[in-house]
Amino acid sequence: METTLLFAPLVGALICGFGWKFIGEKAALWTATGLLFLSALLSWIVFLTFDGHTETIEILRWIESGSLSTSWAIRLDRLTAIMLIVITTVSSLVHLYSFGYMADDPQWRPGESYKPRFFAYLSFFTFAMLMLVTSDNLVQMFFGWEGVGVASYLLIGFYYRKPSANAAAMKAFIVNRVGDFGFALGIFGLFFLVDSINLSDIFEAAPVLAETQVTFLWTEWNAANLIAFLLFVGAMGKSAQLILHTWLPDAMEGPTPVSALIHAATMVTAGVFLVCRMSPLMEFAPGATSFITVLGAMTAFFAATVGLVQNDIKRVIAYSTCSQLGYMFVAAGVGMYSAAMFHLFTHAFFKAMLFLGAGSVIHAMHHEQDMRNYGALRKKIPYTYWAMMIGTLAITGVGIPLTTIGFAGFLSKDAIIESAYAGGSMFGFWALVIAAGMTSFYSWRLIFLTFFGEARGDKHTHDHAHESPMVMLVPLGVLALGAVFAGMLWYNQFFGHADKVGKFYGIPVAEAAAHGEAHSDDHASDSHADDSHAEDSHADDSHATDSHGEDSHAKDSYGEHHYAFVGKPGEGALYFAPDNHVLDDAHAAPKWVKVSPFVAMVFGLLMALWFYIWNPSLPKRTADTFQPLYQFLLNKWYFDEIYDAVFVRPAIGLGRFLWKRGDGNTIDGFLNGVAMGVVPFFTRLAGKAQSGFIFTYAFWMVLGIAALVTWMSIGGGAH
Amino acid sequence: MIQADLSIILPEIVLAVYAMLALLAAVYTSKDKLGPLLVWSTGGLMVVLAAWIATKASGTHVAFGGMFVDDGFARFAKVAILLSAAAVLVMSQDYMSRRGLLRFEYPLLVALAAVGMMMMVSAGDLMALYMGLELQSLALYVVAALRRDSVKSTEAGLKYFVLGALSSGLLLYGASLVYGFSGTTLFSGIIETAKHGEVTIGLLFGLIFLISGLAFKVSAVPFHMWTPDVYEGSPTPVTAFFATAPKMAAMGLFARVMHDAFGLAVQDWSQVIALLALLSMFLGAVAAIGQRDIKRLMAFSSIAHMGYAMMGLAAGTQFGVQALLVYMAIYVTMNVGTFAFILMMEKDGKPVTDITMLNGYARREPAKALAMLVLLFSLAGVPPMLGFFGKLYVLRAAYDAGLAWLAIAGVIASVIGAFYYLRIVYYMYFGDEGEELDSNNQPILWGFLMASAAVMLLGIINMFGVEGAAAAAAATLVN
Repeated sequence: METTLLFAPLVGALICGFGWKFIGEKAALWTATGLLFLSALLSWIVFLTFDGHTETIEILRWIESGSLSTSWAIRLDRLTAIMLIVITTVSSLVHLYSFGYMADDPQWRPGESYKPRFFAYLSFFTFAMLMLVTSDNLVQMFFGWEGVGVASYLLIGFYYRKPSANAAAMKAFIVNRVGDFGFALGIFGLFFLVDSINLSDIFEAAPVLAETQVTFLWTEWNAANLIAFLLFVGAMGKSAQLILHTWLPDAMEGPTPVSALIHAATMVTAGVFLVCRMSPLMEFAPGATSFITVLGAMTAFFAATVGLVQNDIKRVIAYSTCSQLGYMFVAAGVGMYSAAMFHLFTHAFFKAMLFLGAGSVIHAMHHEQDMRNYGALRKKIPYTYWAMMIGTLAITGVGIPLTTIGFAGFLSKDAIIESAYAGGSMFGFWALVIAAGMTSFYSWRLIFLTFFGEARGDKHTHDHAHESPMVMLVPLGVLALGAVFAGMLWYNQFFGHADKVGKFYGIPVAEAAAHGEAHSDDHASDSHADDSHAEDSHADDSHATDSHGEDSHAKDSYGEHHYAFVGKPGEGALYFAPDNHVLDDAHAAPKWVKVSPFVAMVFGLLMALWFYIWNPSLPKRTADTFQPLYQFLLNKWYFDEIYDAVFVRPAIGLGRFLWKRGDGNTIDGFLNGVAMGVVPFFTRLAGKAQSGFIFTYAFWMVLGIAALVTWMSIGGGAH
Repeated sequence: MIQADLSIILPEIVLAVYAMLALLAAVYTSKDKLGPLLVWSTGGLMVVLAAWIATKASGTHVAFGGMFVDDGFARFAKVAILLSAAAVLVMSQDYMSRRGLLRFEYPLLVALAAVGMMMMVSAGDLMALYMGLELQSLALYVVAALRRDSVKSTEAGLKYFVLGALSSGLLLYGASLVYGFSGTTLFSGIIETAKHGEVTIGLLFGLIFLISGLAFKVSAVPFHMWTPDVYEGSPTPVTAFFATAPKMAAMGLFARVMHDAFGLAVQDWSQVIALLALLSMFLGAVAAIGQRDIKRLMAFSSIAHMGYAMMGLAAGTQFGVQALLVYMAIYVTMNVGTFAFILMMEKDGKPVTDITMLNGYARREPAKALAMLVLLFSLAGVPPMLGFFGKLYVLRAAYDAGLAWLAIAGVIASVIGAFYYLRIVYYMYFGDEGEELDSNNQPILWGFLMASAAVMLLGIINMFGVEGAAAAAAATLVN
């Protein structure tokens, strides 16, 4: 079953991409889509029937070279199962949606066949992504990693007649190269240190790595920290974290279904998946995880600020994605991997829906993407409006505070913010709360600008705005279900009590007493705990040996928390170190912490109402008043300009130099000189020697023998 | 005793007696009218003899007190000589008949030359060596000047004769020096003298003169000067013959003398031959670039190829000899095909040799152009054609023997040399439409062209077993 669901998209891609000429365009598209729905169905069966115990399904022996021995195998655990349903569900819905969205595209001339190519790429992407999440070793994962990179490149540049699309595709590919270099170094490093690239071996070796020092570049590093950092560099590239985030907004040049599938729901979350997958290693790398936390928080904040002022509907959502990925990394960084996965899971639904909704708006408005030309579309496209509304309610985190009733984003985002607080990262906590407020503002701004107010822009376009066909609305409806219920249904599994979470992920749990002992023992030997995620619990430990009771923690009714994670690294899908109590601490967070994101959300909503409903002239005036700040945000903190000056231009300059001087003048010059100067010279010489006179020939012969005899008698073998 | 000796040289006797009887018969009957018949019968006899030699009992047999050696090496060389001579003979029949060149002596001279060549590769004595060499050379001098009414042909024959005489003189002088310093003309005796201590300077001088004489026969630089003029001046079928069988024979003789007579002084001759190989490869590559006449071009091409073959000899190892034999076998096959193509180049019934006449040839004769392309790629040593593997063989032999510099030089020379082969391909495929050549598809030539091209492609599978045969042959020579 697992093998079938893994290869169905590949078969679909091959049939659709190469076979459409034989079976016809329609049949090819339906084949690819049908196979994906099959894959999605099987994924749900796997997810719902999975019992939490890690299984390995070997497909073939792959690499045997020296001590490198690797199979092509599926590692099926809870992490994989979660990713399977996310990927296949969103992908199958996006396939369906594309029937409507790609029906007639102004980028192509009538009669041109582009749809099979699009569907084949989508299916190929899905296969590569499945390959990534099911792999049981890092090289296989790297294949999937690069496979999704290729698919992303192809799909961003799908409109290859648009120069901007081609540029964006290249940018995405090149920026990802930087991250992938780090990832590859991490894999090399692991193979160097562990002598294996299989995940199970690496997890077992993680405690040893924490005690190992390696020399890299010019200094000594802790092996676990170094490897975790290098792997995270890979994750930064794929998940568009700060420094390597510049490609994601540009990737919106691709068709909107692509943005929904690849650049919102699946591929960009691969980095989060990687960090969670490597949790046994991350737990031993306090330095790296605090870096992840800080960077994630910075990204969440930065992207939210930029999102405030963008006018392109897709770019707003793109920055929103970037920001939400930052949230996930904060959760992973403080050690709350299950919260990161929770947000990944819910985010996939509501973000895919927002993108597909945006696509529906764009479709209705004849490929107009500027929100300033929208307005008052509520009546024209009611279904899309409601879908977008649900998506916005989900992303902004609407729910009833202090309960577990609310939209998907409410539960998962609050879980992350509480974890950040509990993990002791005050910077992370405040950055996320502020970002939550901004998220609310720009999300509502999008809704208000698009659906409320008065119609702006081209009148003709507004008159002809029409609701999208059923194939586009059905996916929206299905995703809406996810956006509403995904949080509430699985809250306990992702962020409930330790026993529930442990059962879900297949992590062994034990009674709290045992946890206490293990804990204090561990504390004695624990010398490398870093400030970011261990400090809080450490403080607890020193004060009261067996309890967390201290100010706010006092309410932590100890009787409720009987369980703690006791698995060894590699046991179960995630690993929590014995000193990692972020889950318990998060549940015990003070009320004001739990309410704060809600307050931030309401504040953002009110600001948006004030700016875009009650006083529509205000945005303009504010922008004029704070012109430098506005420009700073509008230009995305000038990242692209800085990169252009620091990296791109020097690189082009160097390339031009090597091309003109190095290649053109030196190498070509040398070769051309030899080919057009030296060789012809000798050719002429040889031609002259060939005089045609017999005495010349005889003379050469005699000269030759004289030379040979002289050589042999002087220098040669004469003894 | 004499009976046993005669049975060993029976193939040579059969061919020689046939040639003389046929000569008599033709003189007293209808003379030149018998030409075509004699071509076919000679060719047929050669093929039969080749088959006979190939299937004859293995092992080494010595006749006439060591003057004649019949071993695996000789048999390999003889089969190659006879088959290529037969092929070229058969190819030439139509060409020569139509031009009134097919005198009845021609096939018989070729047969006698073949006898000489068989003698050369089997020589176990300096006298036998000289006898075989002269028998071959005299026949060749005559066929070079076969076209008596043509100034060029006569000039070619004369030049070849005069320079050949000079080289014979050098060789004889070397032979007499060797005899003087070793006291014997038998190879097995000469090698004995080297066994006791070092090679004396007199013997060394003799060796160098011998090498010079042999280098003339394989047209190695600087003894190559005759080659372009003779190739150009002789009738094309004769050129084709020069480029194939005699080269094989001379190379066989070269290897035979070096290993059988001086096998213990490898150090002494290896560097000389390496130098000759180096010069030949570069001169062949560089000088051919200036040629527009395809026959002169093939002359320089053959000089370069002999350089590569000598690289295998210069290695001085058993593997080197194996490489030499494989290279020569491939070379001969390529040249048969290439000359089949050249023989078909005609305009208004007259032979054409200017390569610019091939402009746009591929559009008119796609099949022939493709076959020629394969052959030219193979000659240039482009993988995956067989010619590449031949080069690879000799380069490996040279490298294994510690002549890395020679191998590198060989690679560079082959890059330079690729130019003129590819230029012909360029003319055929991308050249402007020019004057059209006749489209004469004589079945025999066409067949040889296609078969040769097919061999270049299919041979990469197992080289038709030549590899193993060459290895066995090399093992009998070097031990």
